Amino acid sequence: MATTTMEPKATASTATHARSRGVNWRKVVNSVILTLFAAVLLFIFLVPLAYMTFTSLKTMDQMTEAGAPLYPAEPETWVDPETGEEYPVYIVPLESGNENLALVTRGRRASEFVDPNNPDELIAWEGSWRALERPWSWAPAWSNYVEAWVQINFPRLFFNTLMIAVIGLIGTLLSCIMVAYGFSRFRFPGKNILFTIVIATIFLPAAVTIVPTFAFFQMIGWVGTWLPLTVPHFFANAYNVFLLRQYFMTIPMEIDEAAAIDGASPLRILTSIIVPMSTPVIIAVMLFHLVFAWNDFFSPLIYLSTEPNLQPIAVGLSRFNGIYGSNPPLIQASALMASLLPIFLFLISQRVFMQGVVVTGVEK
Amino acid sequence: MSATAELTRGGGAATSGSAPLRKSRLARREAMWGYFFISPWIIGFLIFTLAPTIATIWFTFTNLRLDISAMQFVGLANYELMFRDAGMWSSLLVTLRFGLISLPVAIFLPMLLAVLMNQRALFGKQGFRTGFYFPYIIPFVASIFVWAAMLNPETGWINMFLRWLGMENPPNWLLDQRWVYPALVIVGIWGIGNAFLINLAAMQGVPTELYDAAKIDGAGPVKSFLNVTFPMISPVIFYNLILVVVGLFQYFTVPLVLNQGNGQPGGATMFYNLYLYKNFFVFQNMAYGATLAWFLFLIILATTMVLFWSQRFWVFYPTGDRK
Repeated sequence: MATTTMEPKATASTATHARSRGVNWRKVVNSVILTLFAAVLLFIFLVPLAYMTFTSLKTMDQMTEAGAPLYPAEPETWVDPETGEEYPVYIVPLESGNENLALVTRGRRASEFVDPNNPDELIAWEGSWRALERPWSWAPAWSNYVEAWVQINFPRLFFNTLMIAVIGLIGTLLSCIMVAYGFSRFRFPGKNILFTIVIATIFLPAAVTIVPTFAFFQMIGWVGTWLPLTVPHFFANAYNVFLLRQYFMTIPMEIDEAAAIDGASPLRILTSIIVPMSTPVIIAVMLFHLVFAWNDFFSPLIYLSTEPNLQPIAVGLSRFNGIYGSNPPLIQASALMASLLPIFLFLISQRVFMQGVVVTGVEK
Repeated sequence: MSATAELTRGGGAATSGSAPLRKSRLARREAMWGYFFISPWIIGFLIFTLAPTIATIWFTFTNLRLDISAMQFVGLANYELMFRDAGMWSSLLVTLRFGLISLPVAIFLPMLLAVLMNQRALFGKQGFRTGFYFPYIIPFVASIFVWAAMLNPETGWINMFLRWLGMENPPNWLLDQRWVYPALVIVGIWGIGNAFLINLAAMQGVPTELYDAAKIDGAGPVKSFLNVTFPMISPVIFYNLILVVVGLFQYFTVPLVLNQGNGQPGGATMFYNLYLYKNFFVFQNMAYGATLAWFLFLIILATTMVLFWSQRFWVFYPTGDRK
């Protein structure tokens, strides 16, 4: 697969490094500057992830309050141990420097404060307390996740997405493996033209088939069920067929010829030789499909618009945004929860995943 | 194939005839197996691609609606309606305008990023590669919400940063007609992951000898990019270009998710495909939806044909074959 193009490069460059060790300072400085530049770019590129995480842990109060920090935090308060009453804490500029004091009596021109460490003594301060800033301390509002989880009915959405994804996954695997095997191992009239058509469908705009397809599913009563989202996957798709075919073609023909001489049928050769030898690419196809199903928005939107209980996560998320659009922490919490499974899958299998992308993109 | 079998049978059962006979029988068996294995795709192609495409054309000549069962043949009425429909033209213009802003970003940003990642001097290549690809796997709808919130004029970090830099009135982004297209480009920026990886892999596949030769000829980094890297990766750029163009003509998910497809601000996000979706799905006018879809398909087809033709000027195939 694509590994072959990447591995030798890496070893070659370490070899050059070894040869010129300890000499070329200019090169080192160049490398450091370049790497720093790339790191800044990557930081900018990924900073919305921090935004998503931080916002998902903020309270609505913090969202609307001016001067609030970027991270989830709460303004400090002080509870009078005697009366049990809660007072806001402000940063008060005194002659001795800034101090964190609790505001006990509000006044327009002058106010009275108390030092939480020495609550018996009242401190009078002249000036408007409204102009003072408050000290904030880190305080993540985990309850947003609980609320989003319940409000969006996350378990339901998760279950729906997973079911649609897994049924489609079975269909994709069965059909794409069969079709790729057919294209990689057998000679038959029209093979090249048919394969060209397979590739051409990648470029076919989906808009051109959507209207009659919808009408057709409506006619046979499938609208409002999972069937339009799952059944088509049992009929192969161009990307995965191409990816699998490229891999199958790297398996030497001699292996299946030997098995054929031993009397194995093509079906038998597929299941007991080709499939076991292609685990990496099959895993890549599975990952692609799961990520696809997690992402799929338009088809579930039109086929399940009347059935909120059957909708997958992408549609549920967008519906949730329509209702809770004015509550950013809940929106970000639900967006983050929806992303967790794809992120997890990617992190445990990034190599296989990225190689798959490269094969479908470069080798055509 | 069957003709040969007939001939050999007619020629008598001589030993000389039995070899081709067996061969053709084997060939036929092989072909049968081949068709058997690709049959899921053939059936799927007929049902889910070819039949609907033909049906789309047929629908355009009818008055089919989802809510009314009676259907009549209406000739070219849908086409007449469409060419007079100001909504269609303005949505087409919106799509083209956004496409012209978005296309360079979608092509050059992944390419430049790949150039950076392909520098020999860069430390931690693997980590950077993963990092820049990573947001691609975040569900698209989730990433739309994240970026839209980043672009919020009041609470978003982008405007906070711009204010911190000293800008007094940073743009209203998604709410401002003048800024909505750049804002939509930013919303989609995490989608460059695939194109970036493909560009990078293509660059890594360029033989180092070519760079050495360019260096001997006195080429600097820019010249060697223009004369070595670009031609060598041009097939991949072409592939990306086709996918991006086909995708941009059908762009509409972001406005649909962000504001339920109401076209705000001021109709600037009423994209062609959104207009199509509204006609076919919301107003249930199947026939008119199909007409819009068919017209879009013809526009995309014409554009991709021009692009395929343009290959001869800028796409370099080392072996001389052309897709």
